[in-house]
Amino acid sequence: MGESRALSHLTICDLTGQLAGAGSTRYLAALGARVIRVEDPVRQGRWDILRGATPHVDDRRGIELGGAFNNHNVEKMGVTLNLRLESGRDLLRRLVAVSDVVTENFAAGVMTKLGFSYDELRAIRPDIVYVSNCGFGHVGPYSHFKTFGQVVQAVCGLSFGVGAADPPPAAWGFSYMDHMGANIMAVAILAAVAHRNRTGEGQWVDMSCTDAGLGLTGPDLLDYTVNSRPLRRAGMPDSNHSDQPAMAPHGIYPTEVDDRWVAIACRDDHDWVTLGEVCGEPWAGDARFATVSGRMARQTELDHLVSGWTSRRGGDEVARRLRAAGVPSSTVAMSEDRIDHDADNAAWGMFPTAHHAVIGDRRVDGVPAHFSETDWSITRGAPLLGEHNREVFCGLLGLSDDEFAALAVEGVV
Amino acid sequence: MSGPLHGVRVVELASFWGAWAAKTLADLGADVAVVEPPGGHFTRTLGPFVDDEPGVDRSLWWWYYNTSKRSAVVDLETDDGAEAFRRLVAGADIVLEGEKPGRLSALGLDHTELRAERPELIWTSVTSHGRASEHSGEPWTDLTMAAASGLAWLSGYDDHARPPMRGRGNQTLQITGTHATMATLTALLHRDATGVGQHVDVSAFAACNVTTETGTFMWTVRGETVQRQTGRFAWPTPTPPVQAEAGDGRFVTTGFPPLEAKDFRSLLEWLDELDLRESFPDVHLLERAVARGGIDIAKESGDPEVLAIFAAGGAVLVHIAENVPGFEFFEGAQRRDLQCGVMFSPEEAFENPHFVARGFQVEVRHDELSRQVRYPGAPFTMRASPWAITRRPPLVGEHTGELLDRGQQ
Repeated sequence: MGESRALSHLTICDLTGQLAGAGSTRYLAALGARVIRVEDPVRQGRWDILRGATPHVDDRRGIELGGAFNNHNVEKMGVTLNLRLESGRDLLRRLVAVSDVVTENFAAGVMTKLGFSYDELRAIRPDIVYVSNCGFGHVGPYSHFKTFGQVVQAVCGLSFGVGAADPPPAAWGFSYMDHMGANIMAVAILAAVAHRNRTGEGQWVDMSCTDAGLGLTGPDLLDYTVNSRPLRRAGMPDSNHSDQPAMAPHGIYPTEVDDRWVAIACRDDHDWVTLGEVCGEPWAGDARFATVSGRMARQTELDHLVSGWTSRRGGDEVARRLRAAGVPSSTVAMSEDRIDHDADNAAWGMFPTAHHAVIGDRRVDGVPAHFSETDWSITRGAPLLGEHNREVFCGLLGLSDDEFAALAVEGVV
Repeated sequence: MSGPLHGVRVVELASFWGAWAAKTLADLGADVAVVEPPGGHFTRTLGPFVDDEPGVDRSLWWWYYNTSKRSAVVDLETDDGAEAFRRLVAGADIVLEGEKPGRLSALGLDHTELRAERPELIWTSVTSHGRASEHSGEPWTDLTMAAASGLAWLSGYDDHARPPMRGRGNQTLQITGTHATMATLTALLHRDATGVGQHVDVSAFAACNVTTETGTFMWTVRGETVQRQTGRFAWPTPTPPVQAEAGDGRFVTTGFPPLEAKDFRSLLEWLDELDLRESFPDVHLLERAVARGGIDIAKESGDPEVLAIFAAGGAVLVHIAENVPGFEFFEGAQRRDLQCGVMFSPEEAFENPHFVARGFQVEVRHDELSRQVRYPGAPFTMRASPWAITRRPPLVGEHTGELLDRGQQ
C-alpha cells in the first residue's frame, strides 16, 4: 500500500487481473488502501496474461518480469492460494472476513464455481462489498460471452466512432475500455463503501464493462433517441471533425516533419478570424469561409488549405502561436514528448519511479489528482508471486509458523 | 431505495471538465446543485440540439452531462451573487469546480478562503492542466487535449500519410470525469473516517496521459514508440490484421487467433455448417492443429508448422466473417467460446436485446417538451443502492429560488 492515509482504513481482497480489473485496485493502493492480490500458485498467476508478458526491460524472461503487470499492480501486496483445495478456500474465507471489499474480473460465474458467490461472501461478512466486473455482466443474454478490451470497445459502440468518413474504421489503437473499465470499477467500489459507511449495508455491484462503455459514447446516443439520427449513416463525419457542435476547421494536420502532426480547433467565427491573422494566408479572407455554415460545407477544401499552411512549419510553432492568440491547438504528442520532455508532467510527478524486486527501478503511471491532505504515493512495483504470504497469513490472519509451513507442504500457497 | 451517496450535498460550478463527475455523483444519489452564470453555462450552446433547434434548454450536450442535478443561476461577479454562493457552500459537503486558475481567488471565493472555516469541506478543482499550470489559462478542447496527452497518437491507419485519429464522443471529458469522481469519492471516504476534508486538484491532461496503455509502458519499459495500425492496437512493429469487413458491410474484430484443439475443432464445424470448407485453402492446417492437440505459440514459435497453424487460425476467422453478417459472426463466435466482437454503432448496441434486458435504456420524462426521452443507463448495477437518473437535466436556473431561499435541502 502507498503511504497515503486517504484509504488506509480499507482492506481489499483483490482477485482482479489484466488492466480492466487490476487498474481499479491499483488506484486504491496508491491512495493507501491495503490491497491484497490473490493469485493461483499452481498456474503461477498466469490467469493474468500480463504477468510474464511483453514488454520486458531486458533479455530476462519469467513470471516476475512482465512490464505491463508491474505498471498495473504497484503498491499491492501479493499472496498465493490454491482455491482447488478446501484449505485454500478456508484461508480465502478468513481473508474475506477481515476485508472491506472483494473485487474480481473473472468471467461471469467463476466465483460461484469457486464457492464464493455473493451469498457465500456475505455469510462470512454481512457488510462485505463485492464488486464484479465482466464483459457483459451477470444478467442478460450475453452474460456468458467472453471479452477483452478490443471486443468490449467494439460491441459497446466506442470503436465505431474512431476513423475517417469512409470505412474501414480506425478503431481505438489501445485498450481504452480496460482503462475506463478500471476507473468505473473504482467508482463502483468507492460508492459502495460510501453507502456502507452511511447505512452499515454491504452489497454486490455487478459491473458490465460493455454497459459502462456504451454510457461513455456521449451526446451521440441522445441525438439518436431524441432526433432519430443514428451514427451509422451516409455522411457520418470524420472523427477528427466536429459536426456537433459545429466547428471548422477542426482537425489534425501535417507539419514540416514527416508523420508529426498538429491539431487545430476553431470553435467559432472569432477563432477563425484569429487563425487568419496568425497565418496571414489569402484564403483566410475568403467570404465563403466567413460563417460556420460556410466553413462546415467546405471542410475538405478548408482542410487542404490549412494543411498547406501547417505543412510548411513545425508543429510546436503552429500550436504555440495559435494558443497564444486564443485558438485551441496542440501538437500530437508521441510517448517521449510527453513522458520525457513535458514540463507539466514533470511538475506533476506524472510518471513516478517504482522499485520492483526483480525488474528494478522503472517509471510507471501516476495518479492525475493531487490531494492537499492525503496525497497518493507510488514507490513500490508489483508484488512477486506470494511475496506477502507470511505477512498476510501469519501477520494479518494469525497463522502460527508451523501452520504456515504446513500450507507450503500441502501446496496451498 | 436511494443511491449510495444519498445525503451527500454537492455544489458544482458549471464547467467543461467537471460536469461528468458531478453528473455521476448526482446519478449515484448525491444532491447536486449546479451553479450557472446568468443566461446559463456556455456548454448549453453546444449541439446537438432537440430537433436541431438551438436553445439553452435544448442542448443534448447539456443533457448528457447534467442528469439528476438542480440548477441555480448566480452571478459571482456581484456582491449578492458571491454571498449566495458562500451560503450554498456553507451547506455543502463537496464543491466541484473547473474555473480557470485565479478567477475564484480574485473574487474571494476560492477554496483557501471557503475551507478556512470549514476544514471538513471537500473541494475538487478540475482544470485542463491542474491549478498550478499556466496552460490551464489557455483554451483547450477535446481534440487538442487528445492530441497533447498522447491519446490521438495511438489510433489511425497503417497508411501514415493519413493523420492520427481522435475518438468520437468527447472522450477526454469522460476520462477526466472518471478520475475526478474517483478522487472526490476518495476524499469523501477519508472524511468519513477522520472528519477531515481537503482540496483535490484534478488535471485533464494528467488523466489522459495515464489512459494510453502501451503508449506509456512500451516507452517506460522498453524505450520504444508504438505506431498506429488500422483497426488494431498500436505497437512498435506491424502486427497481423484483426479487423474484417463482414458480409453485410459491418466490421468485426477477430481477437486473438485460436490456440486450443477444441477451438480449431469448432471452427472446422462452423466452416461445414456454412458450407465454407471448400473455399478456405488451409483446412488441412486446422485439422493438423486438432490432431496435435492445439499449439503453444509462446513455446513453439520456432516451429514453422505452428506458425502456419497460428496464421491459419486468424485467417479462418476472417474468412468466416467475410461470408456472414457481422452480427451473426459475433454471436456465432461467442457461442463457440471465441472472443470476437462486432463493431456496433452506439445506437445498435443500445437497441440490442442484451443491453435492453439489462435495463440499460432509461426513460426520463421531459415535461417542458411533452416528451419521454430514452437515456443511457447505469454503468453498474448496485443492488442495495441503485444508480438512477432522479431528475431530467435542469432548465437554466430552474431551482434558483428553492436553492437560494431555503438553502440546499
